[in-house]
Amino acid sequence: MCNIDILRHDFPILNKIVNDQPLIYLDSGATSQKPQCVIDSLNHFYTNSNSNVHRGIHTLGDQATTSYENTREKVAQFINAVPKEIVWTKGATESLNILAYGLSQSLKPRDIILISALEHHANIVPWQQVCAQTGAILKVIPLDETLQKITLSETFKLIDIYKPKIISLSHASNALGNIQPVKEIIEYSKKYQSITIIDGAQAFMHLRPDMKNLDCDFYVFSAHKALGPTGLGCLYGKYEVLNTLPVYQTGGEMIKTVSFEETIFSEAPSKFEAGTPNIAGVIAFGSAIDYLDKINFNAQLIYEKALFLSLRNQLENISGIKLYGDLDQNIGTISFNYKNEHPFDIATLLDQYGIAVRVGNHCTQPLMSSLNIEGTVRVSLAFYNTKTEIEVFIKHLKQCLSLLD
Amino acid sequence: MNDTYINIKNKISNANTWQEKYREIMLLGKTLPQLSNELKIDSALVDGCESKVWLHLEFKIGLQENTLFINANSDTRIVKGLLCIIINLYSDLTPSEILSINPEKEFEDMSLLKHLSPSRGNGIKAILSVIHNKATAQK
Ligand SMILES: Cc1ncc(COP(=O)(O)O)c(C=O)c1O
Repeated sequence: MCNIDILRHDFPILNKIVNDQPLIYLDSGATSQKPQCVIDSLNHFYTNSNSNVHRGIHTLGDQATTSYENTREKVAQFINAVPKEIVWTKGATESLNILAYGLSQSLKPRDIILISALEHHANIVPWQQVCAQTGAILKVIPLDETLQKITLSETFKLIDIYKPKIISLSHASNALGNIQPVKEIIEYSKKYQSITIIDGAQAFMHLRPDMKNLDCDFYVFSAHKALGPTGLGCLYGKYEVLNTLPVYQTGGEMIKTVSFEETIFSEAPSKFEAGTPNIAGVIAFGSAIDYLDKINFNAQLIYEKALFLSLRNQLENISGIKLYGDLDQNIGTISFNYKNEHPFDIATLLDQYGIAVRVGNHCTQPLMSSLNIEGTVRVSLAFYNTKTEIEVFIKHLKQCLSLLD
Repeated sequence: MNDTYINIKNKISNANTWQEKYREIMLLGKTLPQLSNELKIDSALVDGCESKVWLHLEFKIGLQENTLFINANSDTRIVKGLLCIIINLYSDLTPSEILSINPEKEFEDMSLLKHLSPSRGNGIKAILSVIHNKATAQK
């Protein structure tokens, strides 16, 4: 990868002093930091070309529409799809809700929706609602407690038993970092024509998914976890499937013709984009994609893997620390506990050293229950972290733990 | 304010480093009496806590005015310590005495103000408002 020390200069926040110490940001799983070009892009839009999209024929409106639609193309290229398969939403959560609502229209009582034990609440709760309304049944691929991941053999067995109508899985777990074997599962589920949905909120920036290669029906993610601004997300859908999905919000922008008697909706993606969209957010996300495009993906993977291994090894060497999750196939997120100490105490002390980590159940209460814990301390890395930061983190973590002992 | 509280406040305010300050807080936490299991009930949990906080408040009948009795605990060491400070600050006070206390000022004097921010998820702010509301209702 290009020199990380140079690349870090692109992220102004990484130079911040927090509690009199240089910030060490280890919470990229919650949201990624933003490079200057993304911040500039937001600013530039409001300063120079603010106007609504797809409306009016004035110059500014035209410029805004062009940059807005350009980003759709960039994202499409980035994930190897076509622009009309990209729907703008306000985040992974909204994307999943659009899918849950749309797909619920064709579900019948006792149809099975299959998810995994490692899902974020955003990929559990909408399906529970759908089940309550339609009589469909939610089934869960369990965590193998020894391996700390789901296994393909168990998954295939459940797919054969349930012949699910819908399979919705996280590509990577936010709580444990596990990279899930979604490609194999998507492939296998073709046997029963299950509709496959992948929650890529965590995976998108780390794994750069290729839609042709994965061959899922839908893929969702949030811009803010991939260098982009908050309030924006994506719903990718294979066009034939996407375009037949019923809409869940209606209004302006998404219609072909309206009379008081009847309305004809546009085709996807516009039919899912009712109202004025997050124009500035979309355009700034375009800059985020440009930025990612400049980083060699293979180099990023190698660098992130090395960071992860360094973190893992150093944590494993602290006695009393227990690590969770799949520590081989991992996006660079480690959850841990120390003896019987509460994660809250550990994170409060780390914060004094300017270190940002997340604690709690990470919006995965059912997963925490299957691990028999209430929560963890979670360290989540990104390519802008360094080995030095990890060393400083470990040094201070040991000091915090000794305060607790 | 009683002597125990003044002592605690002095110790915490005079800590030279944050490590020392937190060590004091956690030592205080260790002095907090255990809550019996009957008192660790969901209905006593304070909302908005990443850590669990059980809070029981009661005004005991006094000669003239009723005074506050607090029974509380938490599953985290730091919040235990902060609870101990709060208990010593408010215990045995009458409603009007309680309402004359400015907890922000007290926490600021000990450089603990950041623990009152809602995003900390420790519920300290919520606990203080429960105490003040209860005192208002008693008046
Ligand atoms: C795996 C996963 N899915 C879904 C979400 C929801 O994303 P958002 O809150 O951006 O809609 C998150 C966010 O933490 C996540 O990690």
